[in-house]
Amino acid sequence: MLVLAPVLLPLLTALFAAALYRHETARRWVSFAGALLSLGCALALAVEVDRAGRVSVALGGWPLPYAIEFAADRAGAFMVLVAALLGVAVLLHQAGRADPAPETPILHPLLHGLLAAAGGAFVTADLFNLYVWFELLLIAALGLLAHGGQPRQLDAAFKYLALNLLGTLLLLIAVAFIFGATGQLNFAALTEASRRPELAGVLPVYVALLALALLLKAGAFPLFAWLPASYHTLPAPVLALVGGLVTKVGVFALLRVGQVFAGSPPSFDEALGWIALATMLSGVLGAAYHWDLRRILAFHIVSQIGYLLLGVALASPAGALFFTAHNMLVKADLFLIAGLIWALAGHYDLRRIGGLYRAYPGLSTLFLVAAFSLVGVPPSSGFWGKFLLVRESFAQERYVWGGVALAVGLLTLYSMTKIWLEAFWKPHPEPSALVPVPGLRPAWLAVGLLTALVLALGLMPEPALRYVEAAALGLGRAKP
Amino acid sequence: MIGVLALVVALVVASGVYLLLSRDVFRCIVGMAVLGSAVNLIVFAAGRFGPLQPPIVAVGADRLAAATADPLPQALVLTAIVIGFALLCFALALGARLRAQGASDDSDRLRDAEPPAGDPIKPPVLD
Repeated sequence: MLVLAPVLLPLLTALFAAALYRHETARRWVSFAGALLSLGCALALAVEVDRAGRVSVALGGWPLPYAIEFAADRAGAFMVLVAALLGVAVLLHQAGRADPAPETPILHPLLHGLLAAAGGAFVTADLFNLYVWFELLLIAALGLLAHGGQPRQLDAAFKYLALNLLGTLLLLIAVAFIFGATGQLNFAALTEASRRPELAGVLPVYVALLALALLLKAGAFPLFAWLPASYHTLPAPVLALVGGLVTKVGVFALLRVGQVFAGSPPSFDEALGWIALATMLSGVLGAAYHWDLRRILAFHIVSQIGYLLLGVALASPAGALFFTAHNMLVKADLFLIAGLIWALAGHYDLRRIGGLYRAYPGLSTLFLVAAFSLVGVPPSSGFWGKFLLVRESFAQERYVWGGVALAVGLLTLYSMTKIWLEAFWKPHPEPSALVPVPGLRPAWLAVGLLTALVLALGLMPEPALRYVEAAALGLGRAKP
Repeated sequence: MIGVLALVVALVVASGVYLLLSRDVFRCIVGMAVLGSAVNLIVFAAGRFGPLQPPIVAVGADRLAAATADPLPQALVLTAIVIGFALLCFALALGARLRAQGASDDSDRLRDAEPPAGDPIKPPVLD
């Protein structure tokens, strides 16, 4: 039953938190306890999966492949663990006064709804279920965008809805076509069915449609317009959770689809590789243009998605998984730091702030660790992620792919340097705005926790690398 | 029969996309709903469209008769309809709030999430 925990625990927490709609303090505590419990179960699941290889439970009282199966392999359990860590850090940060989301009664149910959707997508072994989790992810993200009620948030929610709904509908069409062709929804049965010779002509078309829908969900070039149009309107902790989870669920689903339909034509990987490069470049160039911290970081999500897609395209799940974990932690960390910068310096716009290095050397250190990890300076976690991907590109004689991945690292350094120079180094344009703010302790704790994790992942990558390499064996595709 | 359904789906998709491309927020939302219905029809068609035989195993037999419709896509389409309906309600409420808060219902004028007026990096408003 442990495999159901990533879905059931957040859903139960959401229910309890919703029932406590009149009691704010109790709601917060229930929500935080639920997140801690989820983390404990995620740890137990990761250990259990490492021992057994794969844990599964079939619901519905039917024999497989007709039962609805939930299964965690190492890759899924790894993602569940990282998501649970994000949940704890984000709820901690929300308790501080660093740009927290308004404590409306619906906030905590929505946050846990998002976690449940991500957990479900990580452990499901059923194609239609995957679609349902994407719907839940969409609904929870929309709720989080709209619940603040400011005009800019509603505006962002509408754009997010209109563009993401298209991806959801494409996903449903692809699921329907694949079911119509194979008569199966269970992943293992689909793998079996996809080898039938009479489907060799038509199935790749449907798989391509499925991949297109997931690429939209992942925020790949040129389908990422919904992301920079909406993310920057979210409050810092919610932004960290949404930015850390939503697009990565899309990438993870792509990895899964690559595993399930392993016999897809090699031209898919070729196309995906070029899409990955375009995603990397457009994201990092978009970030270079902006001055709002949240916009810069939102565009960097797009750019980092490019790296993840490169890992998928190279059929190197180990690289993609390690990079996903690193990226989720670092990205959330940077968004939470942005929340602290907002609280301490008074604005998200880099042109209106400054002087943080002199006033808060601790924050500067935390930011530097996270920024260097994002850029991939050795020995940070980003370095190992990029090392795996670039080494694999060169090993497969994809010199352009590897080269662009390295060049985008330099452009990322440009953005991080810009934040450093503007927010930390130059004097504050209005020094009177740099006053100490009370009530930030939980936010500091959250940032410290994530930075420590990022640092640990960089200095001691061995356990995580061993885990993802074992996971990659389960996800691996035979190279043609 | 399946050919007629394919034509109907094509027509509904076309009208859904047409509405979705409209500048009017409300038409846009109706377009989403219409497109969602077309997709539901596609899911429905995935389980053999046409046979009237109910998917019930006859007494004494151990499997369904050959020409029975597959009940699973019908269950799936119910799920999809429910989710789609919830999203439609949300979208309508969102559209109503957008108008009530003084924002325009012209989607080209929905620029509240963009940088404020006078910002040097503000992208130009297209007329």
